[in-house]
Amino acid sequence: MKVRARDPQQAWKEDYESVPSRDDGLETSTISGVPLKPLYTSGDLAKREEEFPGQFPYTRGIHPTGYRGRLWTMRQFSGFATAEETNRRYKYLLANGQTGLSVAFDMPTLMGQDSDAPTSRGEIGHCGVAIDSLADMETLFEGIPLADITTSMTINSPAAILLCMYIAVAEKQGVPAARLGGTLQNDILKEFIAQKEFIFPPEPSMRLVVDSIEYCAKEVPKWNTISISGYHIREAGSTAAQELAFTLADGMAYVDACIERGMRIDDFASRLSFFFDAHIDFFEEIAKFRAARRIWARWMRDKYGARDERSWKLRFHTQTAGVSLTAQQPELNIARTAIEALAAVLGGTQSLHTNAMDEVLALPTDKAARLALRTQQLLAYETGVANTIDPLGGSFFVEALTDEMERQAEAYFKRIQELGGVIPAIEAAFFQKEIADAAFRYQQELEQKRRLVVGVNEFTVDEEEPIEILRIDPRLESEQVARVREVREKRDHARCSNALSQLRKAAAGSDNLMPYILEAVRAYATEGEIMNAMVEVFGIYTERAVI
Amino acid sequence: MATKTAIRPVRIVLAKVGLDGHDRGVKVVARALRDAGYEVIYTGLRQTPEMVVDAALQEDAQVIGLSIHSGAHMTLFPAVVQELKRRKATDIVVFGGGIIPEDDIAALKEKGVAELFTPGTPLQGIVDWLRKRFPEGSR
Repeated sequence: MKVRARDPQQAWKEDYESVPSRDDGLETSTISGVPLKPLYTSGDLAKREEEFPGQFPYTRGIHPTGYRGRLWTMRQFSGFATAEETNRRYKYLLANGQTGLSVAFDMPTLMGQDSDAPTSRGEIGHCGVAIDSLADMETLFEGIPLADITTSMTINSPAAILLCMYIAVAEKQGVPAARLGGTLQNDILKEFIAQKEFIFPPEPSMRLVVDSIEYCAKEVPKWNTISISGYHIREAGSTAAQELAFTLADGMAYVDACIERGMRIDDFASRLSFFFDAHIDFFEEIAKFRAARRIWARWMRDKYGARDERSWKLRFHTQTAGVSLTAQQPELNIARTAIEALAAVLGGTQSLHTNAMDEVLALPTDKAARLALRTQQLLAYETGVANTIDPLGGSFFVEALTDEMERQAEAYFKRIQELGGVIPAIEAAFFQKEIADAAFRYQQELEQKRRLVVGVNEFTVDEEEPIEILRIDPRLESEQVARVREVREKRDHARCSNALSQLRKAAAGSDNLMPYILEAVRAYATEGEIMNAMVEVFGIYTERAVI
Repeated sequence: MATKTAIRPVRIVLAKVGLDGHDRGVKVVARALRDAGYEVIYTGLRQTPEMVVDAALQEDAQVIGLSIHSGAHMTLFPAVVQELKRRKATDIVVFGGGIIPEDDIAALKEKGVAELFTPGTPLQGIVDWLRKRFPEGSR
């Protein structure tokens, strides 16, 4: 008797279909709604030459050595209250093995206003450190040698001012700007799209970004002039593909603007860096990171004609998803963050921030901040995941999902182009609407329990145990107000007002504004004063609110 | 949803107070309340307490919903209530949402904020609360 062997794939399919699926009503697509098959096979792999790390298009990583050459930088974002208190936290984190600093500023600083402005009331030192002038910046980095450390600063509309303050502190420490390493977020486009901390209209905002890129190319060559950020786009509710597409589209808009200024692509492209979210849908995130590198490399080489390989390499920082944290049973956030951090590492991130479990309630306590850092150390030193480069490369599923991310991103690039580019698309509220739609759809899925969040819409407890949270002393507000007023009294008035009027004049012309801002900073002009000098020329942007 | 002609839907002004620009929550709530039959006016970002009250009076709203994520709720929410008092419009109900620690909720309620909704609140929870508060719809 002849037994005909069943085709194994066909056999699996029949077996699979003969068993009913779970009937819990849960979605089987990714958190972003990308439909998934139950099984991926070699048939899902696109035909392409085998890819290697350190080689174009860098899908498998930008370094030939992966993490064997160097681990990712553990860079915990922190800042609260006053410069003095934050300086203490930095020294604590450095003493605990953190390898880079990352400054969180408070809302008035992010919005370019001084602590004694009427609308700063109640906001000072709450979600970051209050910086009004060079004097605060000197305190912030007191005893921290800027030649030996890299610093990331999350600031956008007033980014140029804070960078100048950093340069000025370094000068006082005797460190030339050329030796400084670090990153300025400086990504105004995603502010218009998602985080909404804009001040000037798009055009002068872009001028300031290009001014800082141009200035740093000459004067601060080791500085990452911009951190083109998907994080805020994602946290505002976008899908993974939207985060990927909108971020890279922003990146290309900056490249276009620099080229328009007359810069050569290879003179600035290698200093562009990126910043992504690591959300809870594990494989989708890994695919997103891999696709990001591949897309960027292709565009830089093939469309922009970059010749220097460093211009092709997309380097990125990752932060685990704040939005995935829950106020309910907050200890669960440790597990969520660990899984998200693992996705970032398997996706080949260059640096990482892991959220503290209590960040959904307030700024982290010392203990929670240390636990978050320890989570990264555990990943790096206990799990063994850093031993093999791109360990998921070749996975039928991850490769197919990487291709899918790329396909969706390219489709978005076309739509953005049809709308006339990133800025016209912002003005047409295209991104804002796409993100709001995605956020609403996800919320509906939660309401209908088609997706579960443990401790929130399932597996809840009746009585939540309170956890200790960090409180900002309300007295610091008046102290900070007094400090900025003292700076204004003590400084060289003539030098300061002269610097501000020179800046105003330059803003009305076309000079690069960085040297003017730097002089104003050195003269202890406050952040608010410097911003106001520019507002007088540039005006203020208000967005059309869309629901 | 059955609407009776005699009942005007409740009008709600939703506002982002404070300096932060995190508008995901307020936008999702705005859509959900609109879908539930409320008339929703969203003011947009960075509204001062004066601006919020102005909008509520101008729109003849019965409810003000405040959203904040910057940590300035203890200053700004009571400031809205105060401004309503100053303008003799204390019949307008104020509720709020955002990252607000448990201890602050009690304090804010004492200061005249009717209800606070924190991360993880189901949208239906907000709708249910409004229905209870305004069983007859608008006056």
